[in-house]
Amino acid sequence: MPNEFAKSPLGVYIEHCKKGELAYQVTEDGKPVFFPRAAAPVTGGKLEWRVSKGLGTVHATTVVHGAKDQKPWNVALVDLDEGFRMMSRVEDIDPMQVKIGMRVKVRMTAGDEKQPPYPVFTAVEGSR
Amino acid sequence: MSRKRGSVAVVGAAESDLGLVAPEMSPTDLMAQATLRALDDCGLKLSDIDAVFASHSQSRMGVLQLCEYLRIKPRYYDSTIVGGSSFMAHLAHAQTAIENGDAEVAVIAYGSTQRSVTRAAASSREFLYYESPYRPFLPSSAYALAASRHMHEFGTTREHLAEVAVAARKWALMNPVAWEKEPLTIEQVLNARMVSYPFTVRDCCLVTDGGGAIIITSAARAKSLKKKAAYVLGVGESIGHATISNMPDLTVTAAAESGRQAFKMAGLKPSDVRMLSLYDAFTITPILFLEDLGFCPKGEGGRFVANGAIAPGGKLAVNTSGGGLSYCHPGMYGLLVLIEAVRQVRGDCGQRQVKDCNVSLAHGNGGVLSSECTVILGSESTL
Repeated sequence: MPNEFAKSPLGVYIEHCKKGELAYQVTEDGKPVFFPRAAAPVTGGKLEWRVSKGLGTVHATTVVHGAKDQKPWNVALVDLDEGFRMMSRVEDIDPMQVKIGMRVKVRMTAGDEKQPPYPVFTAVEGSR
Repeated sequence: MSRKRGSVAVVGAAESDLGLVAPEMSPTDLMAQATLRALDDCGLKLSDIDAVFASHSQSRMGVLQLCEYLRIKPRYYDSTIVGGSSFMAHLAHAQTAIENGDAEVAVIAYGSTQRSVTRAAASSREFLYYESPYRPFLPSSAYALAASRHMHEFGTTREHLAEVAVAARKWALMNPVAWEKEPLTIEQVLNARMVSYPFTVRDCCLVTDGGGAIIITSAARAKSLKKKAAYVLGVGESIGHATISNMPDLTVTAAAESGRQAFKMAGLKPSDVRMLSLYDAFTITPILFLEDLGFCPKGEGGRFVANGAIAPGGKLAVNTSGGGLSYCHPGMYGLLVLIEAVRQVRGDCGQRQVKDCNVSLAHGNGGVLSSECTVILGSESTL
């Protein structure tokens, strides 16, 4: 019998990222699921892929202070409008100015050999 | 719930060497040292041990290493690893094993040399595809995200967080084996090096070596031993999530469930507890646990700890050892959380002893507010 999965959940997610898309999954009764999985939580049922519109709201935020020669950076939990939450980073503003409740939109990083493109966020104009 | 209130007791408790241990000491050296000290504390022998509980981050097979080292052939063993609350889980599992007749004398042991070998070497960081690219400084940033929600929803301030660190330091100054030896002020906490906002380095637990062991046996056997025992009145275990992105509500931990279980089994309420040992990995954690365990309403934890309320002389004795913030934090610190609660019930705490401490509560936290386990201990008078 052949293996069930030709592509892993993460592999599909990365393919979408490479196309500039933030992908997530939904259960058979339409509930959003993130992170990508091989089967639905709770029910064990099947999952379908969807592409997010990429709009969301900052749910929680911190500013990480690394080595002395590094500028501090933001790490946030973002609630996407489709109803799932993910960790990300809000860029292009002072990380201390990232506020809970701020509206944000997704932007895909360029990626390189080590790290495939991944979604970050920027503030939606006028949301501050 | 099969476990019965007071069916087993912690009869021996001991720390290993702490702080910065001798060069080349191994986690197993520390586990063995603490095991022998804990046996000496209760007057039992190595050959009495028939159940072994051990897990640590520097080896995948802590039980095998401790059993090989001390030549123990356990009838029962368990190396459940759910982070810093593992040892409260071990205690609950030991109680079940002893009640079922699968074991008679259990040891729970832990050791870490994370200060000596560096934290990176002691606890290799897992790559989490959906988190690691954003470079959170884990676990600190996960707890910082939870703190940001608590501040946003309930008006908790950085000064409230700093109160927790200052109280811990005041207790630590009464503990001769505590790592920190100098006083600490709110201003010093606020102005220390920022790690992951809102936490400065003084909001974060220490990175030390250390370990410990406790010996558990049936209540009947406990009464025949040379020293007073700490009877297990209630236990509760609850698992929430693995990653902070998947925590259902950042301001409510699984301690609400583990605490409910433990209080129900003990037939007690928060006002019966004379001393709390709450896992203080970061200054936000005792605030969350005071709320979730029912010592104050949800959202009031910051205001509850203000004005030295959990410091010596305050309204509630919390983390009398000085806690993970000022006494010792060797990675998975939960066993030392338990040991202080055992000692308070046995009246072993000297200068920092809480008066008439017939009931204490030890709460363990693992991962990123992920696994919560609560143990309520009582003196013989509470049976």
